[in-house]
Amino acid sequence: MFSYPQNLAISLTEEQGMLLDVARGFVRDQAPIEAVRAQLETETGYESRIWQSMVEMGWTGISLPDEVGGAGMGIGSAVPVFEALGGGLLGTPLLSTTIAGQLIWRAAGEKAADWLGRLCGGQIGTIALLDHADWGVPNTGLKLDETGSLSGRKHFVADAGVTDIFVVVANENGTPVLALVERNALASDALSENVLIDLTKRAANVDFTGVTPAHVVRGDSVASALRDTLLLGALLTAAETTGAAGRCLSSITEYLKTRKQFGKLIGSYQALKHPTVDIYVGMENARSFVYHGATIVADEPLSSDAEVACRMAKVAADDVMVYAGDRAVQFHGGFGFTWECDSTLFIRRAQWAQQMYGGAIHHRKRLAALLLDNEENG
Amino acid sequence: MTDSKAALKAFRGEVAAWMAENVPADPGFLLPLTFLEVGTEQQLDFLREWQHQLWSAGYLGMHWPTEYGGQGADPAYQFIVDKELSRHNAPIIFNTIGLNWVGPLLLDMGTEEEKAQYVKNILSAEEIWCQGFSEPDHGSDLGAVQTRAVKEGDEYVVNGSKIWTTLGNYADHMILLARTNPAAERKYDGLSFFLSPMKVAGIEAHPIRKVTGEYGFNQTFFTDARIPASCLMGEEGGGWKVAMKTLEYERGVTAGQASGHWGVTIQIDDMINELRALEQDGEALLSDPIVRDDLVGFMMEAKALSLSARRMSVSALNTDYPMGLALSVKYRGTEYERRMKQYTASKQGARSALYVGDADAVRGGFWQRAYFSNFGATIGGGTTQVQANIIAEHVLGLPK
Repeated sequence: MFSYPQNLAISLTEEQGMLLDVARGFVRDQAPIEAVRAQLETETGYESRIWQSMVEMGWTGISLPDEVGGAGMGIGSAVPVFEALGGGLLGTPLLSTTIAGQLIWRAAGEKAADWLGRLCGGQIGTIALLDHADWGVPNTGLKLDETGSLSGRKHFVADAGVTDIFVVVANENGTPVLALVERNALASDALSENVLIDLTKRAANVDFTGVTPAHVVRGDSVASALRDTLLLGALLTAAETTGAAGRCLSSITEYLKTRKQFGKLIGSYQALKHPTVDIYVGMENARSFVYHGATIVADEPLSSDAEVACRMAKVAADDVMVYAGDRAVQFHGGFGFTWECDSTLFIRRAQWAQQMYGGAIHHRKRLAALLLDNEENG
Repeated sequence: MTDSKAALKAFRGEVAAWMAENVPADPGFLLPLTFLEVGTEQQLDFLREWQHQLWSAGYLGMHWPTEYGGQGADPAYQFIVDKELSRHNAPIIFNTIGLNWVGPLLLDMGTEEEKAQYVKNILSAEEIWCQGFSEPDHGSDLGAVQTRAVKEGDEYVVNGSKIWTTLGNYADHMILLARTNPAAERKYDGLSFFLSPMKVAGIEAHPIRKVTGEYGFNQTFFTDARIPASCLMGEEGGGWKVAMKTLEYERGVTAGQASGHWGVTIQIDDMINELRALEQDGEALLSDPIVRDDLVGFMMEAKALSLSARRMSVSALNTDYPMGLALSVKYRGTEYERRMKQYTASKQGARSALYVGDADAVRGGFWQRAYFSNFGATIGGGTTQVQANIIAEHVLGLPK
């Protein structure tokens, strides 16, 4: 008999609750939407004082262990922070740095303490993963040859323009390895910036050809670390997207409560009201998945329950954000179509987020296999 | 009073053992899926006897006072019994209007005489209750009730008509909302609440056939029906307040209901097990990539509902929309179930077209019937569309 594996753990630790409050307060006070807008067309996309504050609050190290300079709260503690940042559409390289830290830690552990210590201390990290556009392949086309030199390019490397430490996914004689590359090892013309749909985010194509990595992480742990880190990337992106969907929802409801047409507040029309309710319900569902994920992920290799949680969180968050961003533009009418309206930020965030760490179909296909083909369930 | 985990665990074992012994076998005729669909004398007799048996064993209304037939126990005990009933696929406990609405209402607001007269017989199924609120011209708009009750000596004379009277043709009593004063300044002040007998001259319940092909509710006609004046609950003209309290019990906003096992529960596992046995294009249905993707969608919905139910008790994750999760339970849950049943009914090849009564029907036409029956949940107690308005207005603060 089929029995749907139902891990339904959901809770919030005192630390996670505090992080949620503090991060929401930080976004409200330090990075209101006008401040975010002011950075849309700057080179880095964020203010360095904002980044410095995040580093001082310890956010770059919250999910890394004490031994390497972190706060040892586990990766689940990053979820409320990213939900709050998403709620303000605040970019910054925190997501890239957190993911880089997870990948190094999971693959190399304390042996990479120096590198991890630098990330905790505020240096910016990112993973260079995509050989081209497909999240669903190994992406190990870039070679580390016998002379210890890399050859090849990586695409859409998040925050590459400000990165200090690149974690490059490569292959050495067909085996996946992680090449740690310092920024100053890159050629001066190695980066070509992408024109991203979401102007709060930055990414670039990076040519690593001829670069000798400062350090190489090898071994069996690399493949499993990579798998888990991509799942955590999906979870943290989902957290950020859920926060953005919540903010998008409140921008819609504010408008529906104040805008009048044909002598009535437009929020009284069911044609606008009911889709807005569906955005609300979708946002709450995504939030439940995201915090379920936050409850069950750990420093250990991810369980299959955790894998299900991360994938479901990503699907739910993408679905609601794409819908919310799309409806936000439409429901604001002519104004919604203009650059001035925040709906344009939301619809652009939705398009950016839905592909990060794999789109809905990518995850749903894997969920089908996990849930329907497992012998124990069959 | 909260009993220890160990005591509850031991109780669960005791109940499970009792169920294994006593849950009746398939009677060989169709049983209703919910209390809204009791349509034959055969079903009625069977369910009455089953409820009586459960109550006699001490497993119904466990948290109601002992002097009125309960056990005076913590509500956790009844919750365990309900879970076990569901787990053992036990027939439904059908006297729902009495058990879940009238009983709690009487225990809350009734006089000593009323409690003594009615409550125990609700539990034992000796007396069946129905509800006379909605009228043909006034579905959800209860303030507009037109059925008249005129006092003559020690009786009221009732004229008018009620509709969607579940169990009306079998009931011994009705909670009746009627207009005693058409001249009242506020329409609500002209209403009174009666614990009316049903088996008197001038009251006729005419069964209404449903989309399932089954019966269960009625239109009830009152033609110069004389009921004792002592049936009035509370004051004359004070009926609105009592009716609103009743709705709190009906909608589960206030606790105290005697049994949650009023319908057959269908889980996502049932759906997938059913579909797993089916074929399409000469292959297992579950090898079809589109079906697999659809099922991921259903499994996600099922999990989101369960997770959100649990998240309600994590207060720090409910500050943005404090009542939001609670007020959207019906909206999310009933629509999910409707789609899930329709989906399962539609994936049976040519057998999708078969209905209850055909020997070839998948699981006796269970899914087709369950799909139709589910409209009771998406319409009754406030339609999905009304629920969406409630969420929009009370959770999101949108204008009426």
